[in-house]
Amino acid sequence: MPELCGIELAHPVINASGTYDAIAARRVFGDAVLDDFPFSAFVSKTITPEPRAGNEPRRIWETPAGMINSIGLPNKGLEGFLAEDLPRLAELPVPLIVSVMATSREEFSRLVGEVAVREEVAAIELNVSCPNVHSGLIVGERPAETEALLEALRPLTAKPLIVKLTPNVADPAAVAVAAEQGGADAVSLINTLKASAIDPRTGAPALAAGHGGLSGPAVRPIALQQLRAVGSGSGLPTIGMGGISSGRDAAEFIAAGATLVAVGTENFRDPRAGARVASELAPALATTPAGAPALDLK
Amino acid sequence: MTAPFGRRLCEVSGSRASDGYRVFSLLDREGPEPLPGQFYMLATAERWSGPGERPFLPRAISVAETGPAASGVRLDFLIEGVGPGTERLCGLRPGEEVWVTGPLGNEFAEPREVSESAAGAILVGGGIGVAPLALLRRRFSERGIPLRVLLGFRDARHSGGLDLFCGAGRELCPEVRLASEDGHAGHRGYVTDLLATLLAGDDATSAVVYSCGPPAMLEAVRALCAGRGVASELALESPMACGFGACFGCAVPQPDGSYLRLCVDGPVLRGERIAEVTHA
Repeated sequence: MPELCGIELAHPVINASGTYDAIAARRVFGDAVLDDFPFSAFVSKTITPEPRAGNEPRRIWETPAGMINSIGLPNKGLEGFLAEDLPRLAELPVPLIVSVMATSREEFSRLVGEVAVREEVAAIELNVSCPNVHSGLIVGERPAETEALLEALRPLTAKPLIVKLTPNVADPAAVAVAAEQGGADAVSLINTLKASAIDPRTGAPALAAGHGGLSGPAVRPIALQQLRAVGSGSGLPTIGMGGISSGRDAAEFIAAGATLVAVGTENFRDPRAGARVASELAPALATTPAGAPALDLK
Repeated sequence: MTAPFGRRLCEVSGSRASDGYRVFSLLDREGPEPLPGQFYMLATAERWSGPGERPFLPRAISVAETGPAASGVRLDFLIEGVGPGTERLCGLRPGEEVWVTGPLGNEFAEPREVSESAAGAILVGGGIGVAPLALLRRRFSERGIPLRVLLGFRDARHSGGLDLFCGAGRELCPEVRLASEDGHAGHRGYVTDLLATLLAGDDATSAVVYSCGPPAMLEAVRALCAGRGVASELALESPMACGFGACFGCAVPQPDGSYLRLCVDGPVLRGERIAEVTHA
């Protein structure tokens, strides 16, 4: 049975943060979502200290084998999350990982402190793809910023701290090593790749924010390489993600060193993608590589 | 009744041309009969990612008509090929299979649920947006709700789906009035001209306006209704990756500056909940 930092899981497939709203899914599909939950752990959408409305639309754009999004982290804020969403998420039949983001170590500490004490929460994922208001630097792009953040947060909880790595750096392994030195328990990767699209009708950027993050099968080879690089640099367990849409894809991430895998964009195309990938994964692992079809240039 | 959890394969049971658009039918063996206004996420089982690796995401398509079938529910969709996804759906032929998630979203409310004093309904559709009004017209008609239906089209090559508003005798239902920008059918001009005339002669509280169509038309309908104090329900469209509240792509601004998710809070919204219908 797979496990992550001591959390036992029924299978190795979880969701990528921000790609599945379990509360909305229950409204749409009913309690079948609970009876047949697609993931072995649930990662919440990122919460921030204060509520956020999210970005002005247009927010999404389809690309070859993927999509670009600039959603802007809409969420109820810490208080709203703890009061309204956490009790609903606690009803899920799997461990809960809460994703948090803030723009200073003090605010990050407040989030981690208040979330980690809740018994419903099994682990915390740190979304570090935002600037530190004091230094102006994107925390997850700088090893020193990442290490300092972890050093500030580590004393606050014994629960696992997972750092979500950004792929928008030359050396993600250096950030992973810094996270490990600061006391992180695991890293998850990749977040979306910085990307733009031009609306052919207007000649202007397609998304209102001008740019966004690319996800889907288009990013999968990049994710695999970053996973390999991070795995060779740091000894931390990894949650691999980036365009996984089948058990065969997931098996490649596990072959590249992932402890767990996460499904993101594929959830949009198939609301039960997590369960499907998990069920396809066991036979895919059993047949790799000898039983795998010859795909390249065929 | 909630949608079956997950996507399922449904067989195409029919496909026909309809004045520049196409109507295709799916046999859904698992889902409940959809309600007027609801939609499905659709992707063909084969050749969804063609040259250029698009389409990638499923497409959100309103259901135009439905009815019992031999072993399930028949779902009719009205499609105009305007991009790689809708063009692929237009090319569907009987026997092919389609990935289906749904029915999703909310339904149009009856006039009395929207406004206590409203007995009747005015349906205003434009172009491909006439689709959800076909099922709504039939439901309201079956319930004896007084109806007037105004449908507008750009030109003869963009005027499909009218056959969904025909009675058993294949003739357009008598409550339907047409407008076309090229004058090939009915009033030459916009469907909103017909609505303005109708509302001018109406007691504002006697009917609720139900509308679906291109953003500029919907905004004109919203503004006309708001100006006259007429209650309205508008079926909107917004770029949508998932249809079940996961992607947060289909944000629609509200007058207070916050956003709705059109897939789970709509697609049917009361006119007063919308600041302005804009192109997404």
